[in-house]
Amino acid sequence: MSDAPTRPAARRRLLVSGLLLGLGTAGAVDEIVFHQLLHWHHFYDRASGAAGLVSDGLLHAGTFSAAVAGMALFADARRRGRFAPPLWWGAVLTGAGAFQVWDGLVHHKLLRLHQVRYGVDLTGYDVGWVLPGALLLAAGVVLLRRARTEPAR
Amino acid sequence: MTVLLLAAGAAYVAATWRCRSPWPLARTAAWLAGLAAAGVAVAGPLRAHADLHAHMAGHLLLGMVAPLLLVLAAPVTLALRALPPPAARRLSRLLRTAPARWLADPLVAVPLNAAGLWLLYGTGLHTAVAHRPGLAALVWLHVLSSGYLATAAVLAVDPAPHRRPVAVRALSLAGGAAAHDVLAKVLYAAPPAGTVGAEQGARLMYDGGTVVTLVTAALLWRRWYVSRDAVRAAAQPG
Repeated sequence: MSDAPTRPAARRRLLVSGLLLGLGTAGAVDEIVFHQLLHWHHFYDRASGAAGLVSDGLLHAGTFSAAVAGMALFADARRRGRFAPPLWWGAVLTGAGAFQVWDGLVHHKLLRLHQVRYGVDLTGYDVGWVLPGALLLAAGVVLLRRARTEPAR
Repeated sequence: MTVLLLAAGAAYVAATWRCRSPWPLARTAAWLAGLAAAGVAVAGPLRAHADLHAHMAGHLLLGMVAPLLLVLAAPVTLALRALPPPAARRLSRLLRTAPARWLADPLVAVPLNAAGLWLLYGTGLHTAVAHRPGLAALVWLHVLSSGYLATAAVLAVDPAPHRRPVAVRALSLAGGAAAHDVLAKVLYAAPPAGTVGAEQGARLMYDGGTVVTLVTAALLWRRWYVSRDAVRAAAQPG
């Protein structure tokens, strides 16, 4: 790790790896914890139309594919000795935050695919869904900006 | 269908005996397991046209699990090594023809596979097949072979004249999985006429499809990671 990713191609690969893995991890947590373990989210509550179904299918298939691709690219960056923690973590947090905000605003509220939980007042749950996402996203962007202004050592 | 599967198993085993180099036992095992998965599917669950839950278990076996195992067995590579040289040359010329190259292209094979599924479950075909055994066998053959072509195009275990980059193959796989997910939820909301167990069936299709696609994606990226090109690129600075 002597010569960290100063070249644009290596930086771009690392950035893509982090974004994909962040998206994929947030998607996996959503699917495993909230759909399968807690059963808060419903498979399909029939409140959304065709656009919602297509968007849900793309996001579901996209996130788990992204997780696998992100891991492979991460392993490749490590193998090349081009791993820069601030850049990578910034990308992971940005990807995860973007998923959470998109899921909370577009999927739950705009397309009404399913809600965070059923049979309760949703306001607190919605804030609890989107706010951590926004914080993750902000932290990721800050890290990415710092990694850009401070080229890797 | 059973006769076809038995013949395919016998042909593969015979070819491993004639193969000019030692053939990995794991590949033979994958081939036989793939045929067995297809055999189990058509012997039982797939015949339950009205019970969508049982039917989907068979469908996953025939359309996803069996094709993946068959692709991992690298039958084309085996054929090229086991056939007498003139026949092997003819086969490799055949694989280079335009139609063969289209079918080996993930941007063609994956959409074809997805379109076949939508046709089967989105139109009246699924219901129509229930009372026509001959038509049902044709549909099974189509599901198995289009699943095989799509998986083969994505994983590229066998040699192909023009191979798409790994990102294109991974995106095709994800696109196919998305079409599968959307179809599962459409079946959940509006099951084909005269079927029961649609909700469990759709969930099984969705979750089972996710698991098989995850395994396929992991195999795809693993093969990329250890591929000669990726290893060589990683060794170079830049």
